[in-house]
Amino acid sequence: MANERKAIGLLLKNNPGALSRISGLFCRRNFNIDSITSSATTDPAVTRVTITIHDDETVLRQLMLQTARLEDVIEVFFLEPEHTLQRELLLVKLSATVNNRSELREIAAIYKAKIIDLTPESMVFELTGAPQKIDAFLAMLEGYTILEMCRTGITAMERGPVRVHNRKPAETLRPEPEILE
Amino acid sequence: MLLTGSEIFAEVLVEQGVTTMFGYPGGAVLNLYDALYHYQDKITHIMTAHEQGAAHAADGYARATGKTGVVLATSGPGATNLVTGIATAYMDSIPMVAFTGNVGTSLIGKDSFQEVYIAGITMPITKHNFVVRHVSELAATMREAFRIAQAGRKGPVLVDIPKDVTAAKWEFTPAQPVPETTVISFNEENVVQAAQWINEAQRPLVFLGGGVRSGKGCYALKAMIHKANIPATHTLMAAGVLGYEEPLNLGLLGMHGSYTTNKAMDEADVVLAVGTRFSDRVALNTDKFARKAKIIQIDIDPSEIGKNVDVDLSITGDAAIILEAMLPHIQAAKHEEWLRDIDQWKSIDYHPVNHNDRLMPHQIIGEICAQAGPDAVYVTDVGQHQMWAAQYLRHVKSRGFITSGGLGTMGFGYGAALGAQAALGRETPVIMLTGDGSFHMNLNEACTAVSYDLPVITVIFNNQVLGMVRQWQTLFYGKRYSSTDPHRKTDYVQLAKGFGLKGYHCENLAQFQEAFAQALAEKKPAWIECVIDKDEKVLPMIPAGGTVEDLMMS
Repeated sequence: MANERKAIGLLLKNNPGALSRISGLFCRRNFNIDSITSSATTDPAVTRVTITIHDDETVLRQLMLQTARLEDVIEVFFLEPEHTLQRELLLVKLSATVNNRSELREIAAIYKAKIIDLTPESMVFELTGAPQKIDAFLAMLEGYTILEMCRTGITAMERGPVRVHNRKPAETLRPEPEILE
Repeated sequence: MLLTGSEIFAEVLVEQGVTTMFGYPGGAVLNLYDALYHYQDKITHIMTAHEQGAAHAADGYARATGKTGVVLATSGPGATNLVTGIATAYMDSIPMVAFTGNVGTSLIGKDSFQEVYIAGITMPITKHNFVVRHVSELAATMREAFRIAQAGRKGPVLVDIPKDVTAAKWEFTPAQPVPETTVISFNEENVVQAAQWINEAQRPLVFLGGGVRSGKGCYALKAMIHKANIPATHTLMAAGVLGYEEPLNLGLLGMHGSYTTNKAMDEADVVLAVGTRFSDRVALNTDKFARKAKIIQIDIDPSEIGKNVDVDLSITGDAAIILEAMLPHIQAAKHEEWLRDIDQWKSIDYHPVNHNDRLMPHQIIGEICAQAGPDAVYVTDVGQHQMWAAQYLRHVKSRGFITSGGLGTMGFGYGAALGAQAALGRETPVIMLTGDGSFHMNLNEACTAVSYDLPVITVIFNNQVLGMVRQWQTLFYGKRYSSTDPHRKTDYVQLAKGFGLKGYHCENLAQFQEAFAQALAEKKPAWIECVIDKDEKVLPMIPAGGTVEDLMMS
């Protein structure tokens, strides 16, 4: 568990520059993150961000605490791996001719990757899945010529009807100051 | 009430209790200054020589009073000139609201004249910042800025206001000043546990940081150390929280702390750290810091818990509230053996030697304290003189020692001293201690002292060199004095005269006694140049990364 990939979820106020505050903080505090994704939520005033990091517990804890200090951060929560669904989208463009097209189709079929573009010289695959699955698919493509590739980065959500992070209120990370009588 | 953005700006300042502010006008803030013209009876605006001085002045004002400091600057260079001042306040958790003008919203992003993205520039050095995009948001944003600056762990907030927002009209509804807030909750079990550890300790030590001062935690703290006879040490930021007349106060810890304090930290079995972030100037070697002790940490900011040094028990919250809750659980004790050990270390500690033929830093500072008295406020710049001040000033007031701790900003002193003097009034002596290096950075603020008749007495420790850097070059760089001996020919007496204030030149203690007495009596801004030896060192010293075993006394 020491240096496995860990995912953290954030709820941010949808203010201009909020994402830049988050990424600036990581840079300034020397946190080396693997991926960051950001998207809308059901509430237009709130943005959801998923961060993944390969580092130990101490670094993870500091990252969460430092992030919680930002005014635009509503909530920071650790996504327990055993309760979390992680997904990533891959687009990969390969050099493919009539000679190897069927091999590639075979690999794609095993991984349930879709062919979304085809020309006489190239193919584009789309694959959605857990990051490990994407890694494994790419490993299978190592012998071929990848012309272009992009991955969206990880987006994550807890399983089941309950929002797990609701049981760990942000106050433990950022105590709310009150008026002292 | 239908008001312009500029009128709303002035109204909210008044509503938030701002009576003094610092700043410098310019194109983008013309409307704001026009409004301030009509509010002169309610808000005193002090115009400095440079925006950096204004930012340090707002900071000094806040440090001297505990109130939020306010600074205003124009767009572009006006805004960027605030940056060092804002960063200084951020590192020391000082409540400040900085307002900057910006070009009109239609010109933003076009590289317009005097346009800069100050919100982006100041993101890492503010608690939070805002760009006001519409006049309808102005009042609420300003109130939110004051709320954030003085909530929990305090700090600077910046509000950037485009010019068209200052001209546009909107309905204004008056409101109450936003109250200062703090973290009220804390873990009671941990408080009981901490008290138990302290009660069981044979060699307890209290270790104070700047958070104690901003948390007003002094009363319960003093009661606690007296009840259980616990010695205390402090960081630079907590100098003055316990007076020097307090026998349990061992003084400054860390790189230029005494042998006694550093030895006590090394030998302690329980350390109660309050409002300190264990900076690298105190915990020089984080693995060996308080190596025999169980460390209890109290801090209002959870991210400070265990950030630099691993701790055994932590309590997140307001130091004053937590210490008050802890006090009844603390048992009376004597700790005679421990205090005897400490007295033993004191007897072999470093003691500076007096001289009558030349000026010695500790003698200058001793004379300043003797004459200026316990009500004076002392402000420093950064360098050797700052460390001497922390070591030898017998300052007694909790807010009586104003210094740039975390950022170590040379040039901080003059602006900060002017801010403190403006806050405290002419009757409180404000003494600025500086070195010739720091002083040259922002001595232009002398004109501000004269214009507003702020009687700051500046004592310049002139060793002709950048003393602190030179000291490191002497000790660690084979005496290769690269760029620390600029051979400046500044005539401080003549220069003071040019600015319209009185300058003195002193080469021995008798001359200094006379000059300082005269400057104090005149209640006018003055400079006193004290010639000291260029090889005078700050001692003792523990090199970076070292422990008390590496402490140098000569």
